[in-house]
Amino acid sequence: MTLLPQTAQAQTPDPGPVETPAIRVTDLQAHYGAQQVLHDIDLAVRPGEIMVIMGGSGSGKSTLLRHLVGLTRPSAGKVELLGVDITQASAREMLRLRRRIGVAFQGGALFSSMNVLDNIMLPLREHTRLDRKTMEIMARLKLEVVSLAGADALMPAQLSGGMLKRAAVARAIVMDPKLLFFDEPSAGLDPVVSSALDDLILKLREAMNMTMVVVTHELESAFKIADRITVLDQGRVLQVDTVDGIRRSGNQRIQNLLNRRSENYEVDARSYLQRLTGETPPPADMQAGLVGEI
Amino acid sequence: MLRVAEGFGRSVVRGVEEVGFAGALFLESVLWAAVGPTRQQPVRLTAVLSQMMQIGIGALPIATVLSATIGMMLAIQSLYSLGLFGAESFATIGIALSVVREFAPLIIGILIAGRSGSALAARFSTMMINQEVDALRVIGISPVRFLVAPALIAMMVMVPCLTMWANIVALIAAGFFVTGALEISMAAYFSDAVAALSVNDLMHGIGKSVLFAALVALVSTVNGALADGGAEGVGRRTTRAVVQSIAAIIVVDMLFAFVVTAG
Repeated sequence: MTLLPQTAQAQTPDPGPVETPAIRVTDLQAHYGAQQVLHDIDLAVRPGEIMVIMGGSGSGKSTLLRHLVGLTRPSAGKVELLGVDITQASAREMLRLRRRIGVAFQGGALFSSMNVLDNIMLPLREHTRLDRKTMEIMARLKLEVVSLAGADALMPAQLSGGMLKRAAVARAIVMDPKLLFFDEPSAGLDPVVSSALDDLILKLREAMNMTMVVVTHELESAFKIADRITVLDQGRVLQVDTVDGIRRSGNQRIQNLLNRRSENYEVDARSYLQRLTGETPPPADMQAGLVGEI
Repeated sequence: MLRVAEGFGRSVVRGVEEVGFAGALFLESVLWAAVGPTRQQPVRLTAVLSQMMQIGIGALPIATVLSATIGMMLAIQSLYSLGLFGAESFATIGIALSVVREFAPLIIGILIAGRSGSALAARFSTMMINQEVDALRVIGISPVRFLVAPALIAMMVMVPCLTMWANIVALIAAGFFVTGALEISMAAYFSDAVAALSVNDLMHGIGKSVLFAALVALVSTVNGALADGGAEGVGRRTTRAVVQSIAAIIVVDMLFAFVVTAG
């Protein structure tokens, strides 16, 4: 597995033997209005790898995920999934590709008007010609995999946070995708449920040999599931490395993130006063930290 | 002054963008309805029927009450105003034309904007904010085909049907008052009413109702699709959708009447 950041300040480990990446991102740039939120992101994820994208709030990790799954078009650069450049792909190519990827959203994003079983069957209904009975069996099988057997008739509003996330995973894997993306799988869950979800991610990789990209800011979860970790900061790749490599990183910002230390901004009284009165903008790096994730 | 001009300019640009977005949604919905089946991605009939139940059948009780009230009100006002000139006998003609050409489509349009348009906008807004629309896209399902087209088709079928129903109810309700006041039979009243109406009058009202249906569906969808900011955003967009829908209905009503009667 390899993730190859090519920004000047990024540190890269030995890429290992050459292998066609399942995901390749080249010179990716993204803007919200006039503000650039992703800066020349380059990375490659090998088949079967669990890549965790980590960073603080406003670091650009959720924005990067939206670009990886084709929900947002980049300002510049290329995103290739399973060899298909999604920035250039036709609608037909994208449709074919969509059948081979799954996404588990942060809040589950289950359709509130459908019960759990119908939610999970939806991709099958839309992309296959299976009869309903077969689709039901396949959906229930995935519910078994995520330990939600028996929840098929429940509506999303009746599910707990952990159940919602597992149901979302069941829907994401129902087409047996090659690529699976998770957006903050542990967010809002208690430690026990969060750990169970991490175990599920590891179990899925083992059983189905999927390539996974997990966006999270939960350190414990990241260290448990990651083959490698990409650390983002202010829309730039700071470092890509194994769990041990990230733990031992000499980068101060990464150490701040790992040790939950806030950044210190050196200000004199005059510039502090000017900031309060709105006469001058805050420092650029602080601005990036203040911009909410989209 | 410059800020006011800039703010106005931005609003105009945003408005034009939203109109363009609505037009694109309409064309894409029509496209999905036409070519979806050949690409194995049809607009689901079950979704259309479900929307038709909510928009049409669900609105029947309130549509009946409102139409009857409008019919009675028209009868009272017509008899009073025509009575000033001793022309009460022409009340039936005035009521029939007013109901069929103007009041039935207008009242049903406003009712649907408040009832179904708000529900559509709130539903789409919530789906946007909960990332359900994103989920559709990553599954490979067009949100326009899955969400917009069924609502648009259902509205464009059910609003004219409700308008026809409102025509009948309003004329019957007006009949109860007119027959009493003019001491004529219900059969005579209906005979006069039907004689006063032409197919053109009927099509004028029904044509408008189809237009109103499309307006409400598109305005509500556009507002829902542009939602952000959590629960407050849903409320803001829903209110905006209803206000814009009703305003659009009234403006288009006037333009439609002007264009159609100009010839």
